[in-house]
Amino acid sequence: MPGYTFKRLATGLVSLLVLVTVTFFLVRLIPGSPFQNGGVSGRVVEAVEEEYGLNEALFDQYLTYMGNLVQGDLGVSYQEPGTTVAEIIGRTWPVTVSLGLIALLVAVVLGTGLGILRAVSKRRIVREGIAAGGMLLAGIPNFAAAILLLFVFSVKLGWFPSAGLLTPAHYVLPVLSLALYPTAVISRLMGNTLAVEMGKQYVLFARAKGLGRGRIIFTHALKNAWIPVLNYVGPASAFLLTGSFVVESIYTIPGLGREFVSSITNRDYTLILGLTVFMGTVVIAVNLATDLICAWMDPGMRRSYSDK
Amino acid sequence: MREEAGSVKMRSYMAQLTRGSRQASAGCIILGVWVLLAVLVPLFWPWSYSEQNAELQNQAMSLTHLFGTDKFGRDIFARVWYGAGISLLIGTASALINACVGILYGVAAGYAGKYADMAMMRIADVIASVPSMLYVILITLTAGAGAGSIILGLCVAGWIDMARIIRGEIQRLKETDFAAAARMEGLSPLRILWRHLLPNAAGSILVNLIFLVPQAIFTEAFLSFLGVGLAAPSASLGTIIQEARSQMLVYPSQMICPLLVLCVMLLALNAVGTVAERQLRRGKSL
Repeated sequence: MPGYTFKRLATGLVSLLVLVTVTFFLVRLIPGSPFQNGGVSGRVVEAVEEEYGLNEALFDQYLTYMGNLVQGDLGVSYQEPGTTVAEIIGRTWPVTVSLGLIALLVAVVLGTGLGILRAVSKRRIVREGIAAGGMLLAGIPNFAAAILLLFVFSVKLGWFPSAGLLTPAHYVLPVLSLALYPTAVISRLMGNTLAVEMGKQYVLFARAKGLGRGRIIFTHALKNAWIPVLNYVGPASAFLLTGSFVVESIYTIPGLGREFVSSITNRDYTLILGLTVFMGTVVIAVNLATDLICAWMDPGMRRSYSDK
Repeated sequence: MREEAGSVKMRSYMAQLTRGSRQASAGCIILGVWVLLAVLVPLFWPWSYSEQNAELQNQAMSLTHLFGTDKFGRDIFARVWYGAGISLLIGTASALINACVGILYGVAAGYAGKYADMAMMRIADVIASVPSMLYVILITLTAGAGAGSIILGLCVAGWIDMARIIRGEIQRLKETDFAAAARMEGLSPLRILWRHLLPNAAGSILVNLIFLVPQAIFTEAFLSFLGVGLAAPSASLGTIIQEARSQMLVYPSQMICPLLVLCVMLLALNAVGTVAERQLRRGKSL
């Protein structure tokens, strides 16, 4: 386990370095100057670029940026002068994270429940219905789900508010549109693995011992069927984060995603860079954490990772 | 003889795929209709997808304009099918490129084994650990809006799943008796890989390839919806949905039509993929 932890941590750190480097150079390569604006003369642009250090050699800029980054300084926003990127992130991340966590919770609870039902229900219609429903939901892109939900439940029926994030009712539609796809994936994963587990010898043995179905499912089979679901939390967090781009801009929620989308439209390069680095780091960290937990729970996983 | 058996196996696999399940055949029929419409509508429909007409703004659905017209007086039916064609093209092209890259990478890693394999899979892990959407957005910003840069962005991380699957298959297959026999016959590694190992991985490749297409279409639509996708005169389903968003409350049909066309397209692709996956699992467990 220590060997695995060390290797996995090293991979995470390299990922982080690659992420920052690639993002930095890609953002610097975006054509045009961030200050080029109709009516601004070339001299002014040059002066402002000098102030922000954009006239230095690219590699020197990179070193400066890395140096600042290590100290937690992500630079200042180009479009909102005087506001640092760290301030913007500090202002917006609680919103996005709370939305994402609620969506994740909903997806795990709903998905696991539906998955169990799908694997063990004796009624064909329940099993096939859940499978078909899952496929249907997995095929709807998150922005389409967000728009359709907004249109039906907010505009037409008026059951839920359409913008902002003030009361619990405001959370329902955004959380739902974020959680649909992960729910479908988790129910499929859970259903498939649980069905396989239920056919194994230890389940047969437990049944022969005379244990009840509930006891077999929840204390024996579920323990083993949980691992793929836990493994999916990493990709799910990435999905929720990118999903927040569209969901937050559709429901006008002041979170990271909306900030990212507007930074793209405003061509606010430091903000794009900072947000990408921040979000990438979060996803790398979540992936790392879930991998370590999975390895701790399932020794087979860490063996498959180390050299054969 | 071997090749013969392989192609027969492949054919019966395809037959199972299309004949065996209503779900798969429904998916294939819908896809066929979608492709046909995407090809025929731009060719024969009386209205063009890009021609603006100030007298026909925001018309409701009618027989002359099946899906109505948008705020610039463009026929939405023509636009939607033109956009569907672009979406399908981008999806298929990037799926094929990703599949090729992934197969080559996976074969190399799986066959080389040992340190080369370790190093290659760690590189793949590093690339895969960042959400690919972030790369794609940055690349489209850097390379400029357009189909080329979207495909480029999709190909940065899209090949990794395929590479991992192929690597696993090759590792499994190279231990089999027929691979050992081929080695003993003195065949070159390339020939063993190409003629003996890869055909046996055809099922996994096909399943993964089918799923790559809807993923790519989704990503493209997502980007276009964010406004970093295709540039103006060209249009995909994502850009059409994005353009209709500002008038969603007044003219919802302008947005619902392209949305439904997109959803049905993704659903059909997913349906075909799911059935293929199920068949593959069933075949393997026998």
